[in-house]
Amino acid sequence: MGLFRTIQIAVGAYALGLLIGLFGALGKLHGGPVLRWGLEIYTTVIRAIPELVLILLLYYAGTDLLNVLRESLGMERTDINGLWAGIYVIGLVQGAYSTEVFRGAFQAVPHGQVEAGRAMGLRPFTVLRRITLPIMLPYALPGLSNLWLITTKDTALLAVVGFSELALETKQAAGATREYFMFYMVAGALYLALTLVSTLGFTLLERRLRRGQPVQT
Amino acid sequence: MEWYWLAEYAPRFAEGLWLTLQLLGLSIFFGMALAIPIGLVQVTGPWPLAWAARAFCTVIRGTPLLIQLWLIYYGLGSLFPFIPGIRDTMIWPLLREAFPYAVFAFSLSVAGYEGEVMRGAFRGVPRGELEAARAMGMSPFTVLRRIWLPRALQNVFPTLAGEFILTLKATPLAATITVFEVYGVGTIVRQETYRIYEPLLFVAAIYLCLTFVLVIAFRLMERRMPRRTA
Repeated sequence: MGLFRTIQIAVGAYALGLLIGLFGALGKLHGGPVLRWGLEIYTTVIRAIPELVLILLLYYAGTDLLNVLRESLGMERTDINGLWAGIYVIGLVQGAYSTEVFRGAFQAVPHGQVEAGRAMGLRPFTVLRRITLPIMLPYALPGLSNLWLITTKDTALLAVVGFSELALETKQAAGATREYFMFYMVAGALYLALTLVSTLGFTLLERRLRRGQPVQT
Repeated sequence: MEWYWLAEYAPRFAEGLWLTLQLLGLSIFFGMALAIPIGLVQVTGPWPLAWAARAFCTVIRGTPLLIQLWLIYYGLGSLFPFIPGIRDTMIWPLLREAFPYAVFAFSLSVAGYEGEVMRGAFRGVPRGELEAARAMGMSPFTVLRRIWLPRALQNVFPTLAGEFILTLKATPLAATITVFEVYGVGTIVRQETYRIYEPLLFVAAIYLCLTFVLVIAFRLMERRMPRRTA
């Protein structure tokens, strides 16, 4: 059960992070000065502060904001569902990291390819979808697979704000049975299995995305 | 925003900051002392050692640091009292403190991640340089000390600097096993004053400053390193 929730949060947060990262990178490369500066501050600050502190800050700030919003709309105060809070908090943190990954990958796309697309009369969005993204993905993938591994491990931090996923359930079970060593070993093994399976998946994915690229020797 | 508590708790934050720096320094020191042999045996060692080092890196990098920390503090810590006679030995006072467990856990983590970095670093040193050193009649250990290790460290220094900053950002985890470093002091303030944001923001600002100071320090160190100019 704990493992399942861990995976749920990790997938959700990763997706949110990718979305933020994609638009963040585009904004950093093509946006106006205000947008660029804002994004620069976002990525720098997020990457300089420990995840644990950020998770607490975003968790409280997010809950408060939502409640203020709901009150102004004449609705009752609520507690955010733990799952969504976890996804939103870790997703925001991951977004900063993936912005940087995507930015590097976008810059690796040869300019001529984009110009060729434009010369063919493609609209900017079509250029993005059919040319820039497919060319950029192989460059971004190693960074993205690292980020996925970090995301799965970051979900353990949610245990500190009292959200019951794998790490917190383990702690409670260990405390109840006094079998600390055994339970933490099992939890560790579960996380390890998760990362090993994902690494395998990313290797296969990378092989597929790199088809048609010259083989590096 | 109210900051009246700041003056009262400032000394404790100073203590916490000192503890954070100690934790970071000791972990990097012990971690690198382990990471260098771990990286080395993966490149030249006999296969059982190389295999063990690989397995160690995979396990450390595949599990959350929080779980490792709890495993070591709660898990190992709960096993120690069963060893007969341990209460009379010299190390018992150490084993009752949380700080050594935190240093131990963080050192292992640094060793795991940096062992992987060092593996690439050792492999990246051109063979010709090592052969030249051997041809000069250096013993294998001298080659390692004077050529292989310095060249490897020089090549991956920027990577290592980035990793050490990640280690800094991992230190707040120690607060979950009652080591009251900067973040831990922040939680105390939050519990005693019932203020939610200010202590957290203050802690965040401290880490922001620490990160920038470290980044600048590493950049200065990097600039002082001899670079090939030809």
